[in-house]
Amino acid sequence: MKKFFAQAYIWFLLALLYAPLILIAIFSFTESRVLGSWTGFSTQLYANLFSGEMQESGSLLAAVENTLLIAFVSATVSMILGTIAAVGIHNLQGRKKQAVSFLNNIPMINPDVITGVSLFLLFVFLHFSQGYLTVILAHISFGTPYVVLSVMPKLRQMNPNVYEAALDLGATPAQALWKVLVPQLRPGMVSGFILAFTMSLDDFAVTFFTRGTIGLETLSTYIYADARKGGLTPELRALMTLIFLIILILLVIINVRQAKMQKANE
Amino acid sequence: MAATEEHIIDLKHVSKRFGDKVVLDDISLYIRKGEFVTLLGPSGCGKTTTLRLISGFLAPDEGEILLDGQDISGIPPYKRPFNTVFQRYALFPHLDVYENIAFGLKLQKVPEDEIEKRVKRVLKLVSMSDYEDRDVESLSGGQQQRVAIARALVNQPKILLLDEPLAALDLKMRKDMQIELKEMHKKLGITFIYVTHDQEEALTLSDTIVVMNEGKIQQIGTPIDIYNEPVNCFVADFIGESNILKGRMMHDRRVAFIKHEFDCVDEGFGEDVPVDVVVRPEDIYFTTDPARCQFKATVNSCIFKGVHYEMWVDTDTGYELMIQDYDPYPVGSEVMLYIDPDDIQVMHKERTRNVFEGEMVDETHVEMLGGVFECLPQEGIAAGDKVRVETKFEHVDLLDHQEDGVIAGEVHFLLYKGDHYHLTILTDDGDHIWVDTNDIWDKGDLVGINFAPKDLKISKRDEA
Repeated sequence: MKKFFAQAYIWFLLALLYAPLILIAIFSFTESRVLGSWTGFSTQLYANLFSGEMQESGSLLAAVENTLLIAFVSATVSMILGTIAAVGIHNLQGRKKQAVSFLNNIPMINPDVITGVSLFLLFVFLHFSQGYLTVILAHISFGTPYVVLSVMPKLRQMNPNVYEAALDLGATPAQALWKVLVPQLRPGMVSGFILAFTMSLDDFAVTFFTRGTIGLETLSTYIYADARKGGLTPELRALMTLIFLIILILLVIINVRQAKMQKANE
Repeated sequence: MAATEEHIIDLKHVSKRFGDKVVLDDISLYIRKGEFVTLLGPSGCGKTTTLRLISGFLAPDEGEILLDGQDISGIPPYKRPFNTVFQRYALFPHLDVYENIAFGLKLQKVPEDEIEKRVKRVLKLVSMSDYEDRDVESLSGGQQQRVAIARALVNQPKILLLDEPLAALDLKMRKDMQIELKEMHKKLGITFIYVTHDQEEALTLSDTIVVMNEGKIQQIGTPIDIYNEPVNCFVADFIGESNILKGRMMHDRRVAFIKHEFDCVDEGFGEDVPVDVVVRPEDIYFTTDPARCQFKATVNSCIFKGVHYEMWVDTDTGYELMIQDYDPYPVGSEVMLYIDPDDIQVMHKERTRNVFEGEMVDETHVEMLGGVFECLPQEGIAAGDKVRVETKFEHVDLLDHQEDGVIAGEVHFLLYKGDHYHLTILTDDGDHIWVDTNDIWDKGDLVGINFAPKDLKISKRDEA
């Protein structure tokens, strides 16, 4: 009996969490303009999405393109910066290390709106013209801490003498970094990249405040604008379902990788 | 190849601090080409720091390090012709055995076929042929250590540096590796600098041992010199088992300890001078001939140790001595003992009393060692005067609870001297206090420290 309730509780929670996503997925297979009314099964929305036969399909595709480009560039830069920062933090001692690790955590906890507004103010203050560059810079700034966080454990696992061993065998610091450190940190760097990438895909508030007035749209700002214009374009339901599936697959890959790595360590 | 007279490494007045902690205090030492040198000492003595200064991972704060007479301070580790075997192997886990060993050669752009030849040769040297394709993490500790040695040797370094390379292996494996290392050293003829805290390992392997403690070199010598003629109590206690006793040099070749007088071979100490005496437990002999007997004792305990028996005896004058002999003597039996003059090692006393520097707070209080202590009223010394405070070793009060003492400290080092313990106390402020006591303390015990006012001898210190 006790077991039954425990199980029921879990399923109830999961249902609560996933109901909206499942609802969107279900209604992506019907053509109705209004969300919530079922007008029969159809894959027309998916067809429209891919054939481009929808209103303003051009600007939607541009938004998807922008989103991916921004996510890719910012996650790549975050990965490089975050890895270097993690090595630096790892080599600090005692109190300094704690302080810097703490500073690294703040941007992750800080509400996006505040990050967005403060970056907006910063760019205005510095007379930066806002557009692609500012959005990418903003995304790098909140993506980097996630990379630091996922590379740090790899550094802790590493034999502290390995870097010195490389120097000892005649490698310059740059060679030691490239031939010895990076191969060992790679799993952490990849996880960090994926995290930063998904955080960037996901972001609305920061993008909204830093994109300026040149009409730059990412998926999230596009959907926001679209919804305000009088109802969501139905094809977006299909798009969201696809994005959810892609994210799900990415997450499964990360988890399988981690499980494999843990097994290898044992 | 035997060690030559030519110096390969010279350390000249080298000091190193981490923060405000002095790790190496004015170290000078030379290493001869082809020599097997061991830096030996307890953890924290500065031996690994010395090695890291030579390998270039640390730079000295003061002093210089010479290679073949040239200062190498400005040369980064990757350009120094040395290779290191690290304590925890530090193999590259993402590379297999062959690639680990070839790492250094590939960086030097040695042709591929030459690399293969050399890797095969060192693998044979460390008896690891046929392991080339193995993943390094699948190897046992001993095998990993062999790969680490091969990886260092393949580059044909001028000096091989070894940082406690055998510490992580079990006893049997350690003994086998010791013999192999010694043979490798003979075969290759390059200089080995070896760091360990294991005195037996040092005695087995080395041509020369450098004993270190608290950032200072205590003694440099061959294993036989260090064992037979330790220069101070620390070395005598650290290397092998020993009876360390308070003594008094009567005159040349005559020393008194355990309330008996003995002939010895030491000269030049002066007459009637307090000294420390070391007698190794295997150098006290049993006899049945009353004419040879120098003193009598009662056997207190007798334990079988494999090759020999270890016995504790109480002498007729109330001292406890450790004796090792191949034959056991029953507990309670009265035995006659003698010591050969050759086997008595007489050492200068490092100090005969505690001397602290302090300042008078008022007539009956002196500030020193980071605390204010009561003393007897001092005539002719006013508040604010700089003073020197002396007190005997046996006049230090050690208290069980740190908060009961005026200052607190930790038992840092202890020696049994036959009828009492000689302790070194490290105070919270980093000062040393030496104490003679009959109470039993353990290393690391936290103690409160106090002095009876009458035991503090205070004199004015000249402002220099």
